[in-house]
Amino acid sequence: MGVQENVPAATAVSERPSQKPIVNDFAIVVATANGTGSQTANLALLRAIFRMGVPVNGKNIFPSNIQGLPTWYHIRVSKEGYIARRETSELLVAFNEATVHQDIRSLPPGGVCLYNEDWRNVPARDDVTMYGIPVRPFVAESGLKGKLSDYIANMVYVGALAYLLDIPLGKIDEALEVHFKKRRNLVESNMAVVRAAYEWASENITKTDPYRVEPMNATSSKILITGNEAAALGAIFGGVSFAAWYPITPSTSLIDALNDYLPRLRRDPETGKATYAVVQAEDELAAIGMVLGAGWSGARAMTATSGPGISLMAEFAGLGYFAEVPAVIWDIQRVGPSTGLPTRTGQGDVIFTYYLGHGDTLNVILFPSSVAECFEFGTTALNLADELQTPVFVLSDLDLGMNNWMTEPFTYPEEPIKRGKVVTAEDIRDNGRYARYKDVDGDGIAYRTLPGNPHPLAAWFARGTGHNEHAVYSESPEDWENNMARLQRKFQTARHLVPGPVIEENDDADFGIIAFGTTQYAIEEARDRLAKTGVQTSFMRLRALPIDDEVRDFIARYERVYVVELNRDGQLHKILQTEVPDKATRLVSLAHLDGMPLTARWVVEAVEAAESQRKEQMSHE
Amino acid sequence: MSSGPRRGVENKLGLTLKDYKGQPSTLCKGCGHNSIANQIVQVAYELDIAQHQVLRLSGIGCSSKSPAYFLGGSFGFNSLHGRMPSLATGALMGNHSLHAIGVSGDGDTGSIGLGQFKHLIRRNVRMVYVVENNGVYGLTKGQFSATADEGQVLKYAGENKLPPVDVCMEAIVAGAGFVARSFSGDAKQVRELMKAALHFEGTAVLDIISPCVAFNNADTSTKSYGYGREHEAPLHDFGWVPVAEEIEIDDQEPGEMRVVELHDGSFIKLQKLEEDYDPSRKVEALRRLQTAHDRQEFITGLIYLDEARPTLADISNLADTPLAHLSAAQLRPSRQALAAVMDEF
Ligand SMILES: Cc1ncc(C[n+]2csc(CCOP(=O)(O)OP(=O)(O)O)c2C)c(N)n1
Ligand code: SF4
Ligand SMILES: [Mg+2]
Repeated sequence: MGVQENVPAATAVSERPSQKPIVNDFAIVVATANGTGSQTANLALLRAIFRMGVPVNGKNIFPSNIQGLPTWYHIRVSKEGYIARRETSELLVAFNEATVHQDIRSLPPGGVCLYNEDWRNVPARDDVTMYGIPVRPFVAESGLKGKLSDYIANMVYVGALAYLLDIPLGKIDEALEVHFKKRRNLVESNMAVVRAAYEWASENITKTDPYRVEPMNATSSKILITGNEAAALGAIFGGVSFAAWYPITPSTSLIDALNDYLPRLRRDPETGKATYAVVQAEDELAAIGMVLGAGWSGARAMTATSGPGISLMAEFAGLGYFAEVPAVIWDIQRVGPSTGLPTRTGQGDVIFTYYLGHGDTLNVILFPSSVAECFEFGTTALNLADELQTPVFVLSDLDLGMNNWMTEPFTYPEEPIKRGKVVTAEDIRDNGRYARYKDVDGDGIAYRTLPGNPHPLAAWFARGTGHNEHAVYSESPEDWENNMARLQRKFQTARHLVPGPVIEENDDADFGIIAFGTTQYAIEEARDRLAKTGVQTSFMRLRALPIDDEVRDFIARYERVYVVELNRDGQLHKILQTEVPDKATRLVSLAHLDGMPLTARWVVEAVEAAESQRKEQMSHE
Repeated sequence: MSSGPRRGVENKLGLTLKDYKGQPSTLCKGCGHNSIANQIVQVAYELDIAQHQVLRLSGIGCSSKSPAYFLGGSFGFNSLHGRMPSLATGALMGNHSLHAIGVSGDGDTGSIGLGQFKHLIRRNVRMVYVVENNGVYGLTKGQFSATADEGQVLKYAGENKLPPVDVCMEAIVAGAGFVARSFSGDAKQVRELMKAALHFEGTAVLDIISPCVAFNNADTSTKSYGYGREHEAPLHDFGWVPVAEEIEIDDQEPGEMRVVELHDGSFIKLQKLEEDYDPSRKVEALRRLQTAHDRQEFITGLIYLDEARPTLADISNLADTPLAHLSAAQLRPSRQALAAVMDEF
């Protein structure tokens, strides 16, 4: 049984005025060309609806291009608070002539199209409400020319949509004010066009479609923020002091946000000097080298990158693991292999980062799934890196990192800044002994001294070569095996230190679902839909690797556990199978990747297909 | 100029020469790298260096092993092949109160690490960067490196048909303010250059020809002991004078001695030899290196000096407290600061 999106049945336009209004439950897609400044307009719409108290989510589906290629901005308006992507949108803003045919074709029956009336050859559909608005008169009115006229066009659709959807102009004004950081002159010049378009629409368009936004009270305490901004703020409040990076979409805006906020948040109050440094390296290889150098010397060091950068970081990641140097690596995942789909989202770096490094390497990974967790894991990641003295990877993705998400404003981190086992000269003096790689506490984590420690026993030589407890070069088989066994013990310790899973247990569940990161929104919605058809599920959202007993126990409780993820090969599924080998056959992979954020529809259909296949198999047995 | 202390005598820190040694060397007997390590031990002892304040860093190679053989009381990091520069940059940004001596090889710097080498210099990270240049890959047994002589024939590698990379030229072009060439067989010059380099405010590059006795020591090789002893042509008699000491120049003929003051008040003395070489002119330095190459001269000494560029720590406007030692309160902004940021969304 397939599940339908919430799409109204087709109705002839003439019948529609009597139709029941559809309020706060639809999706809009805005089709424009890249580089025309439509981001300002789209964010203004998103934020205005959000400021009306209505739950929203915006997703920018953009090309790898600076100017000219098509861009689609999806806004989902959902009174129920569902924020996953929807496959179909009922409202289309067709403002890209190059894609207008394809865009109009993609509308469901009963859909609405707002298009630029200056164009000839706009295809009509008699099961779609078509509204035209001319852009030229507004451009002429503004006196702007050339490329700037694109900006006018953007504000024209904002004004027209505001009229059609019942969005008060005051809310658009507020939204633009946030966008332009209170610079009134910019707000005013944009609002002039918005207002003119609104008036034109009210005089020339007779609204016959049912879609409307009505004020609610579901967002008043919330803010909108991107995952990358949240991650940068999280890192700053987590005590990052050094960052090195090399530009790559979709991680660049994380460092941009560091560069925005560090200068005002992290200055020495007396001298005004910086208590941080951000270095743009010559490549990712150098970026991670700098991060390891800084981490070794005692700074709280991080980098942000995406798949291709992770590839270049492999050798240093192994060195960091083996020499035991703290480092935090944010991987804002995009679609690979190679350059792949650089502006699309995915979860394809799980296996690569978990084992990154040659020889026996195992890395700690955190999986934030919300902007709030991006903020929270800013502290968690830096703390874990220091406590475990190892590189810690944080796997976000393009959808989370670059799009705006609703959240409660971040609260001050409760988790203190933890520096782990660092010993001072005084500690060594009191103790009388020091050996860099000795497992004093039995948890696999040895004590480190920071360069500059003046005690005569403090200095040690970090190296990628085999070493004994004193960090002295050794090729002895016992030294090698002992050291690697200790690193394994340390990884066992990590299981209990990393954030545990979030579990939604359902006593009547037919099966379990495991996922991580941003797929959770599609899964939550899919679970509700499945529940309506009588299928009960339990859900475990993984927040880190390595896993602990809670994860094992969850798997053990269900005969079947679907592992849902945004990649082709079922990477987490494979890791879980090796981590829980005795339950490996219970784990069923539901993996999928086309570059787009996951939808509830895909999850429901995939689960139903898997379930019916199973029933069929059983009936044959 | 100090005449070199005797064994067992304590320096101002109460340490003897022995205290500045590292692990026993595992390099070949007679390897040029050993004598450079020994000169670093000697210099650190003579300069009363507190070992914990100096990092010893390296990449991978026989040369890059040598930090293990000096300053056993220093923190060290033997990093990845060709990647010492990035690690050094991070370490010295993490704690900009520390100094560093980095040791690399001609393969480590001239081949796999050429990019990082040039970017380190471009950023002007304050450290001494030593290239132990033997024109060959020692550790992987005799392949040509990027500094090998054109037309040279080696037993294992055959004939080298490519022109060499000149480490000093690369350094100057990248923006280095202290560029010197020396010969591991000229211990005194190595020491004096090392002392001056340690007092230079920026990246100081020492390209030291350091023969590989195992794979590239035939007299016909420009990186051999025989060739070096025969052909070394110092541009000047180089000396470094500490802050406190008076420089004796009165008995010199005017124009026979150049004296340059470094930022910390110490001096460099360049006693004129055959030619009147002025290391303060960049284009002249490059020209001199090129003519040396064309005429097959082995010039040594201070080739270029310019202390004007700010270091990476300077341009980053770092507070005095090293990033590594910021307290939790300095690392995490206040509750109010977060509330103010949240209000803007
Ligand atoms: C990524 C990587 N590639 C290759 C090697 C192998 N390797 C080790 S040392 C070396 C060359 C060292 O030559 P050089 O820097 O001139 O040092 P030398 O031994 O001559 O002092 C190579 C190629 C390595 N360690 N790492
Ligand atoms: S192989 Fe050459 S470079 Fe390596 S230790 Fe021996 S002499 Fe020195
Ligand atoms: Mg070499």
